[in-house]
Amino acid sequence: MTKPMISSERDTEGTHVRISGELLTQSLASVEHDFAAIQPSADKVVFDLSQIEALDTGGAWLIADLGKRFTSNGGAVEILGAKPAHATLIDTVTRSIPGKPGKLEDPRSFMDWVADVGRGTFGAWKDTLSILEFLGLTLHRLFRTMVMPWRLRKAALVTHMEETGVKALPIVALMGFLIGVVLAFQGATQLKQFGAEIFVVELISISVLRELGILLTAIIVAGRSGSAFTASIGSMKVQEEIDAMRTLGLDPIEVLVIPRVLALLIMLPILGFISDIAGLFGGALMSWIDLGVSPGMFLTRLKENTDVWQLAVGLIKAPFFALVIGVISCWQAMQVRGSAQSVGQRTTASVVQSIFMVIVIDALFSIFFSEVGI
Amino acid sequence: MNSRIQEATSSTASQRDAVIRVRGLRNQFGSQVVHDNLDLDVWRGEVLGIVGGSGTGKSVLLRTIVGLNTPAAGSIEVLGVDVLNGPEEDRRSIERHWGVAFQDGALFSSLTVLQNVMAPLREHTGLSEKLMESLGALKISLVGLPQLSCGKFPSELSGGMRKRAALARALALDPEIVFLDEPTAGLDPIGAAAYDELIGELQQALGLTVFMVTHDLDSLYAICDRIAVLAEQRVLVEGPIEDMTKVDHPWVQEYFTGPRARAAQQKGQDR
Repeated sequence: MTKPMISSERDTEGTHVRISGELLTQSLASVEHDFAAIQPSADKVVFDLSQIEALDTGGAWLIADLGKRFTSNGGAVEILGAKPAHATLIDTVTRSIPGKPGKLEDPRSFMDWVADVGRGTFGAWKDTLSILEFLGLTLHRLFRTMVMPWRLRKAALVTHMEETGVKALPIVALMGFLIGVVLAFQGATQLKQFGAEIFVVELISISVLRELGILLTAIIVAGRSGSAFTASIGSMKVQEEIDAMRTLGLDPIEVLVIPRVLALLIMLPILGFISDIAGLFGGALMSWIDLGVSPGMFLTRLKENTDVWQLAVGLIKAPFFALVIGVISCWQAMQVRGSAQSVGQRTTASVVQSIFMVIVIDALFSIFFSEVGI
Repeated sequence: MNSRIQEATSSTASQRDAVIRVRGLRNQFGSQVVHDNLDLDVWRGEVLGIVGGSGTGKSVLLRTIVGLNTPAAGSIEVLGVDVLNGPEEDRRSIERHWGVAFQDGALFSSLTVLQNVMAPLREHTGLSEKLMESLGALKISLVGLPQLSCGKFPSELSGGMRKRAALARALALDPEIVFLDEPTAGLDPIGAAAYDELIGELQQALGLTVFMVTHDLDSLYAICDRIAVLAEQRVLVEGPIEDMTKVDHPWVQEYFTGPRARAAQQKGQDR
């Protein structure tokens, strides 16, 4: 490949530009600045192309652009020694040069930033209304499904129960177990100071059963299944599958959202329960190893001092968490617009929002239970 | 390899130079054999139309030639480089000499149209940002898109505009060979005719070799120099469109002498 070369000189007639070698897009970098450095004059530019070995649109653009700079300065363009094919190409390119270069993006001003804040605030309010509307729709379809159970997509329900529930079992159980272990370990260090080691049983049972078991399970499920819901329905949205469903008279909420939400409603309490059991087991094991509280003593103490209400108070929250995760992740999926990037953004938003809302609801429940004295 | 314009103009039918040479190609998915012992030559500077019924592996052939699909057997040479077993460097350099426009555009959805067209320039040339922008805008203008679409995202374009944008991206590096997968499918007749004309014009002006998978009889009559018919797992017949009506094969007969073909032929002659 011969490198392109350019030389220019001025005389009384005008500017002479001599180009040789292969003037191709891939080798333009070396001559780009030479072209830019030529000052347009008002008389005339003469291109000598007889030494050019090859030319493509990139090279032709450089020649045409330089020519244009001369003509806009009041000069003329003359091309010498061009092969017919090269002349045609330069001609085609000259005709196609866009009037004004396409702008990549406008520079942002302070007012744009202010407008963004306003738009964001307004958007947040509109989103809230939209989520509430979606929640209402979902609840309506849920109740309709209860009245008319034959409308339920059973195969989809079972698939999603397996995906969100059965497949999450190992990680949820392991997490519960580790939480129990950590609580026992941390509690023991503190309680030993007062010689109140035996209270580790209450510490573990109350914190795991009431709060940690179900809360952490919900957070794991939000990350695991909520993201999966948003990504899968969101991709369908990009592929216009949701629109196709609507035109076929299928209700996307009934077909896509209800099986997922229902699967979460069924599986999250079960997962929460398993996490509770794993937590107690881990706590008991650690108490035995670290504090010498035997499993028998742990069990007796657990039965005597921990009301079954503690478990109920924890698990009662599970359906609410499930609904929040299901509704937020499916709503986010429905907001996907156009591109693959949008699917990614919505999936992130879905996980963050569901985890946040799970924690908010948990806090509200805590306040409620303490007010009513459970 | 790069002095294509001279060669395109100087090459005549007698001294044809194969830019793509496929020999004994076999493609198989599970037990389903798509191609078996398929041979095909594409000559420099021609527009080759690939036709065939649904499922005869037209797109698979295209994907195999550009290296997206590994065949079970056979050899493929593009611009003298063995794309299957040749040295890695050669294969990489070949990629700069072809452009592919996929059926639905396959534009990068997170980039604007201009950024899409600039992507290959950014990857393969050391040009300044300003020059890349200018060349990108030029390609967009060459394929007949308004400059307004430069800053738009692919999802904001119509199907026909996406196809044009995909062509602009395929042309970004001024390739010698352009692969088009059903370029006019889904376009209205006016848009399709304009696209055909565009391909023809660009092919003339840039000296391109065009490998086009198509179902569009109008395109075949309007711009294809030669046609290769895929059937029975191989290239059943190839040649100029006038010869196709004489081929004694039921599918080819039906395809090229059906009512639509007659209408397209009429249109082709009127041009």
